[in-house]
Amino acid sequence: MNRIEERFARLKSQGQKGYVVYIGAGDPNLEATRQLALAFDKVGVDVLELGVPFSDPLADGLVNQLAAQRGLESGTTPPKVLETIKTIRKESQTPIVLYIYFNLLHRYGFKKFIYDAAQAGVDGLLVLDLPPEESENYEVMMREAGLCVIYLVAPTTPDERIELIVKRGTGFVYYVSREGVTGMQVKVSDTIATMTAKIRAHTQLPIAVGFGISNPEQARTVAASAEAIVVGSAIVNQIAQYGKSKDLVPKVTEFVKSLADAIKK
Amino acid sequence: MSAIASSTVPDAHGHFGPYGGRYVPETLMHPLQELEAEYFRCQQDPEFQKELQYYLREFVGRPTPLYYAERLTRELGGAKIYLKREDLLHTGAHKINNAMGQILLAKRMGKTRIIAETGAGQHGVATATVSAMFGVKCVIYMGEVDCERQMLNVFRMKMLGAEVVPVKAGQKTLKEAVNEAMRDWVTNIRSTHYILGTAYGAHPYPVMVRNFQRIIGDEARRQILEQEERLPDLLVACVGGGSNAIGLFYPFLDDSSVKMVGVEAGGLGIKPEQHAARFQGGSLGVLQGTRSYILQDENGQIQLTHSVSAGLDYAAVGPEHAWLRDENRVEYTYATDDKALEAFMKLARLEGIIPALESSHAIAEVIQRAPKMRKDELIIANLSGRGDKDVAQAAQKLGLEMPK
Repeated sequence: MNRIEERFARLKSQGQKGYVVYIGAGDPNLEATRQLALAFDKVGVDVLELGVPFSDPLADGLVNQLAAQRGLESGTTPPKVLETIKTIRKESQTPIVLYIYFNLLHRYGFKKFIYDAAQAGVDGLLVLDLPPEESENYEVMMREAGLCVIYLVAPTTPDERIELIVKRGTGFVYYVSREGVTGMQVKVSDTIATMTAKIRAHTQLPIAVGFGISNPEQARTVAASAEAIVVGSAIVNQIAQYGKSKDLVPKVTEFVKSLADAIKK
Repeated sequence: MSAIASSTVPDAHGHFGPYGGRYVPETLMHPLQELEAEYFRCQQDPEFQKELQYYLREFVGRPTPLYYAERLTRELGGAKIYLKREDLLHTGAHKINNAMGQILLAKRMGKTRIIAETGAGQHGVATATVSAMFGVKCVIYMGEVDCERQMLNVFRMKMLGAEVVPVKAGQKTLKEAVNEAMRDWVTNIRSTHYILGTAYGAHPYPVMVRNFQRIIGDEARRQILEQEERLPDLLVACVGGGSNAIGLFYPFLDDSSVKMVGVEAGGLGIKPEQHAARFQGGSLGVLQGTRSYILQDENGQIQLTHSVSAGLDYAAVGPEHAWLRDENRVEYTYATDDKALEAFMKLARLEGIIPALESSHAIAEVIQRAPKMRKDELIIANLSGRGDKDVAQAAQKLGLEMPK
């Protein structure tokens, strides 16, 4: 069992919902990322999802695109992200998932990246543009390295694909609750309960629901039909707002905590 | 050589050897599978083919002439040069062959909204045109820099009723327009068909666009056999994503005597961020849905590109070209901005044809090669588009006086 699996097992035994938080690595710089990660650990974040900045983030909405741009401008590279995770691991055992576009792994060396990520203390990878159809060797290498293979399920995913995906994924299933890019929404999708039920028919894996959750009320609503919620853009937006100010870490952490409080008993 | 054009590539998942495939976010996976199924149904359906042939003939203006460029041939003093006149098509470039095919497909799939990316604007104009023709809403994504340098085409798209969205991200050219179109598609997947304009992207696009464009080579092959009673010795085409080139090359792949050369954009020279010649300065990577040669830095970030021609100014090349290069079936070279501009002027002055800056890259290669070939050898160059859209930019580059 790696840290992700342990955490979800613990949440289940405690009857608690999981809280996955996404931020862009290196936004506004990697030292801030380290501090945020450590602060989040203390306010109820169960999984930290770190976006590795890419020049062409085609699955991301504007908020996360700008975060990637700030990450690139601060000199963030895949090797530096792994270095930062090593330093986080000295003080925190929060499960960490890297949200990454395939070309970055491909360029680094597929196998080498997986091995180095595991060494650095990463627990799972969510490779945005690597569907199960293209990823046979990937899953084998990930298993060997002890990393979870996080796959997405979308509202457009038909039943037979859900079955394929959940068989191939490990750790948790990430349900993208709406058609579209990442980003905040005024209203969360009303098809979440139906889709999570469909997914649950095929797997015991915990389901995390994300894309569009931006306030405590939405967090509560979504948490009712899933094992975990994922919040990204709303937090990234806070990071953008506080930027390099000295209040960055406390302000963002306060916001992160407000959502944790909404879903934790 | 006969294995090349056989059905061994792409495989069932769109792989051309180690290239191609389908690398997209999950939201697009099932829609792409549906598109693939519908496309292959249409390909086998005589009714669909009949309808497509009808519009290609009556609306698009096919077949296009294979024109003997007599003065250019004489001036260069070598091989006999033929031009495949895709520039004479309605809307002015080969792009409409594919746009027409895909709009008929979209109609059959019940899609009510069309989106597309465009670089030089020719694919945008073609897509806006077929959308107007069938009364479908159309949104075109175009980099802000390209909107400026191809302003004429922006006006044309707007007149045709399309919404043109300038894309302000990154270097504001074709790559960013594709990103934005893909974001739109993910968001509006149920109503919208994405008419991708080149032989690039996730399966089935590379094979589908190639098949809609192969009419260029099918016609050229028939025409040269009629006119010369033999096959050509050399085919030349410019390569951005690579749809006009694959369209010309594909029907000749099994003809082992026919050499082929694809011409990429050499820009200001083969130095990082100064060109768009992926086979010169690129390496294997995955971008916008497919695995191919791309221009990237040591960390896998996509590099800036440059070309005088907006249609070739793109960081990746179609996967089938990467495969044909590995198989040593097609040779890939490049022409710089300066050489392309020289060719642009030469064709205008000698033949009375103003070529697109994209196609001028192919002509530049013809100018290099023809003099070294025998007079009884034959070249076919794909004149993929006309240069009306480029006149202002070329005049400025060449320092021509414009009347105030």
